[in-house]
Amino acid sequence: MSESGHFVSLQGVTKRFGDLEVLHGIDLDVPEHNVVCLIGASGSGKSTLLRCINLLEKIDAGTIVIDGQTITGTKVDVNTLRQKIGIVFQAYNLFPHMTVLQNVTLAPRKALGISRDKAEAHARALLRQIRLEDKADEFPDRLSGGQQQRVAIVRALATGPKLMLLDEITSALDPQLIGEVLELVRELADSGMTMILATHEMGFAREVANKVCFLDAGVIHEEGPPEQIFSAPQEARTREFLGRVLEAGRM
Amino acid sequence: MGQFLHTFFSPFDFLRATPQIWSGFKLNLELMIVAEALVLVLALLIAIVRGLPGRAAAPARAAAIVYTDIFRGTPLVLVIYLVLGFATLNYVGLSSGTLFRNGLIALVLVYTAYVTEVYRAGIESVHPSQRMAARSLGLSYMQTMRYVVLPQAIRRVIPPLLNDFIGLQKDTALITLIGLTEAAAQGFQYASDTFNYSGMTVAAVFFIFLTIPLARFTDHIIRERERRERAQVV
Repeated sequence: MSESGHFVSLQGVTKRFGDLEVLHGIDLDVPEHNVVCLIGASGSGKSTLLRCINLLEKIDAGTIVIDGQTITGTKVDVNTLRQKIGIVFQAYNLFPHMTVLQNVTLAPRKALGISRDKAEAHARALLRQIRLEDKADEFPDRLSGGQQQRVAIVRALATGPKLMLLDEITSALDPQLIGEVLELVRELADSGMTMILATHEMGFAREVANKVCFLDAGVIHEEGPPEQIFSAPQEARTREFLGRVLEAGRM
Repeated sequence: MGQFLHTFFSPFDFLRATPQIWSGFKLNLELMIVAEALVLVLALLIAIVRGLPGRAAAPARAAAIVYTDIFRGTPLVLVIYLVLGFATLNYVGLSSGTLFRNGLIALVLVYTAYVTEVYRAGIESVHPSQRMAARSLGLSYMQTMRYVVLPQAIRRVIPPLLNDFIGLQKDTALITLIGLTEAAAQGFQYASDTFNYSGMTVAAVFFIFLTIPLARFTDHIIRERERRERAQVV
C-alpha cells in the first residue's frame, strides 16, 4: 500500500510511439480491492495504458507506483514485478503448443520455481473452479473462445497476482460466450481482486466498477462512480461517446 | 536402347558394384550424421544471437549477420577447397582423418549459414503476442524463447529444415574433391574400371533411399501433431 493509500497510482504517465503521443499525462489511482473500468473508443489509449502498467510498454514520462513500489525507476526487476500483475488479452494468447494444464503451470514452474506436482495440483484446483478440469489435457485450439479466455484468466491467476489487468477480454467472443467470461470476472471482483479493465461492455462496467474512467485521445476526460458516468456524465465528449454506444445497442 | 540399359541398369553390375559403393557410402553417412547434428545446434545458437534485443548485443548480432552473408554466398566447392588450403598451412601430409574433418568443417560452415536463416524465419513467424503473453507472466527473455517461441518456431520450419538436410546429404558427395572416396567417387571408380555406369546408378539409389523415408517420417510427425493439437476441420 502506498502512502496515498492507493494500490496503484499513476502520475503524469506519458507514452509516445515515435512522434505520436498516445497517452498525455495520465493520472489514475486505484485503491486495493477496487475495480476500475476504462471506457472509450478504440484507439483512445486504453490498451496502451494497461500495457504500460505491467511494463510491456516503456513509458516516456511520469511515474507508476504499485503496492508502494515505484516500478518506473531504473532498478526494477520486471520479471518479479510481472508475477504480481496478471494481464489478460483480447486475443487470449494461449500457447498453442501446450495443453491447458501446461499453459497454466508454465509460469509457476519456470518463473516461480514451484515443483511440477505442486504447480499442477494448484492449476487443477483453479481449473476446477472454472469447471474446465476435464479440459486440462486438451490443446487450446480444441476449446471454445469463451473456454480459452477463461483458461487465459486462470493462467494469469496462477502466479498469485495482486492486480489483474483485463484488456477488452470479451471483444473477440461471440455474444453467447461473453456471459461465462464476465461471470468469472465478477467472481474475481467479489473475491476482492484489484482490477483495471478496458471494456466495451458498459452494462458490466456499471455493475462491477467502483470507478469508471472515460478515455479519449490519450486523456482521461472524466472519471467517477459508474452511476455518475453512465447516468449524468458531465463532459460533452463522454455524453457523445455514450450516445454512440447506446445507438449501437451495446448498453 | 539395349546399350543404354546395359550401361546404366545392368543387374550384373548392380550386384558387383554394390559392396564397393556401400563402402564409400558409409563415409557419406558418417559425414552427414555428424554434420547434421552440428548444423542443427550451431544454426539455432546463431539464429538466437541474431534475434537478441538491445544495444549491448549489437556486435554479436553483426557477427552473426556477417557470418551468414559470407557462407551462404560462397559456393560450397570453394569453401571445401579453402578449408583444405587453410589446413595445408599447418600440415605436411594430410591423413584421411584430417581430410574428413576438413570436409566436415566446410559442410558445417555452409549449411549452418542456410539453416540459421531457416530458424530465423521460424522464430519471426511466431506472433509477437505470444512473446508478450509469456513476458507478462514473468518469464525472462530466454525462458520465453526456450518454452514459448522456439518450440513453435521449430515445428513450423521442419519441412524447410528437411529440405536443407537433403541438400547437405547430397553435397557430402563433394568431399570427393579433396580426395576422399565416397559413394559417388566409388561409382565413378567402378565405371572407370569396367566401362559400365551401373555403379553410379547404385550410388544414386543409395542417396534417394536415404531421403525418402526421412521425408515420409517428417510428414508423419507433422500429421500427428495436427491431429493432437488442432481442432477438427471438416
